[in-house]
Amino acid sequence: MTAILDRIGRTFIRLFEQTGLWFDALWKTFTWMLRPPYDVGEWFRQMVRVGVDSIPVVFLTTMFTGMVLALQTFSGFQRVHAEQFVASVVALAMLRELSPVLVGLMVAGRIGSSMAAEIGTMRVTEQLDALKALATEPIQYLFVPRVIAGIVMLPFLAILGDALGVYGGYIVSVKLLHANPVQYKLNTFQFLDLKDVWSGLIKASVFGLILTLTGCVRGYYTTGGAEGVGRATTNAVVSASLIILLSDFFLTKILF
Amino acid sequence: MSTQPFIQLVDLHKSFGERHVLRGMSIDVARGESLVIVGGSGTGKSVTLKHVIGLIRPDKGRVIIDGHDITHMKDVELNTFRRRFGMSFQEGALFDSMSVFENIAFPLRRHTKMTEAEIRARVEECLEDVHLHNVEKKRPSELSGGMRRRVGFARAISLKPEILLFDEPTTGLDPVISDVVAELIMEMDQKLGTTTVTITHDMKVAFKIADRIAMLCNGRIIEEGTPEEFQASENPVVQQFIEGRAVGPLTEGE
Repeated sequence: MTAILDRIGRTFIRLFEQTGLWFDALWKTFTWMLRPPYDVGEWFRQMVRVGVDSIPVVFLTTMFTGMVLALQTFSGFQRVHAEQFVASVVALAMLRELSPVLVGLMVAGRIGSSMAAEIGTMRVTEQLDALKALATEPIQYLFVPRVIAGIVMLPFLAILGDALGVYGGYIVSVKLLHANPVQYKLNTFQFLDLKDVWSGLIKASVFGLILTLTGCVRGYYTTGGAEGVGRATTNAVVSASLIILLSDFFLTKILF
Repeated sequence: MSTQPFIQLVDLHKSFGERHVLRGMSIDVARGESLVIVGGSGTGKSVTLKHVIGLIRPDKGRVIIDGHDITHMKDVELNTFRRRFGMSFQEGALFDSMSVFENIAFPLRRHTKMTEAEIRARVEECLEDVHLHNVEKKRPSELSGGMRRRVGFARAISLKPEILLFDEPTTGLDPVISDVVAELIMEMDQKLGTTTVTITHDMKVAFKIADRIAMLCNGRIIEEGTPEEFQASENPVVQQFIEGRAVGPLTEGE
């Protein structure tokens, strides 16, 4: 019995510890962001890595999600003769919810993990200590450009996702389900508000911060050699995805 | 000229979880001196060295460098203060995403306003100091252990530091290369006039480069003196370590 309590206790302590480290890193990243020198070249390199290199993944994910969404909602709405709302539902769902979340999760898998592996390897080979010994704060040199890239690039990827998702829905509805193209386009924009766009983009930006910072933090606190790097990589994706999904609810509530 | 020691470690204690690594370790290093700290694996040598440059903060005790107490210095201040140090790591700890040239140029680019030509000249000079040629374009992964170590030295001296720290400079190198590296440390020490702290378990290297040797055991300094004094020490632990015997007080109960 005590063993079970002990385990539960330890799990909670670890959870609090990790949360503390995460927010500590968040605070430090923002304070170091303001201090010179500013590695603008490195910022752009990371932006390419986070943004441009993720386009193929975002392309496939969001487009197919838009297509599936059209198919599913059509089969449901047909039963109550409300087919004309398919377009609005696809557009609203993509812009407000699916595009930011899917982009966040996909980029967490692609970039969060690679950042954790990269920084984790630097940790176990003492390169992080070497950075410090060369009077360079790793948070400033490694975290700041990555986090900036996440915050800046994710909204762009989300816009791309919005467009592709809506287009995917259009293709399926018009070509497969024989909806009227003109009517579909009209319906798409009929109930859309500018707020639907920007609330999605704010979400994407926050997710960008979460996934890059989680990757960096997991890598930074790596212990235990190659195995530790592997663990850090997996943990980065799992925790980033969880934090994204949890914060998504609260963000939606705030931005409602 | 003050008589205050340049580097002062005062009663350092440090634990990692259950493991109490340093238990009241104290030592002074005079300006310009070359101190070698020896000791078995896992006795806290690396931990001690990392305290000197503030990579690890002690649980108790103080680290004073040139009159500045760095124990509770703020991260930002400490970061700037570290420019006075050069540190060489066990496996070199070169940035593997950069070429040799970029590795050595890294601190110059970040902390000086040197032009590209000046940086190029300084990098060449540093490589010259460690007797390496035509390696600028190579990646760290293409270098041998000894060369990686030397590039690490070159990077450590590029900002002309006042204090040089060497973490196990010869571990994993063959005896000949070890001697070359030891010669190199002496050369750099003399040429730059730095205060040097080296940790090693290689007694040959220790006797060669040290002005003073200290032995760390169970988280404390148990013996210190000039190489001659150290050699003549009557402490059985020191004698066992110097001679590398399997039987003795160091290995009792194992």
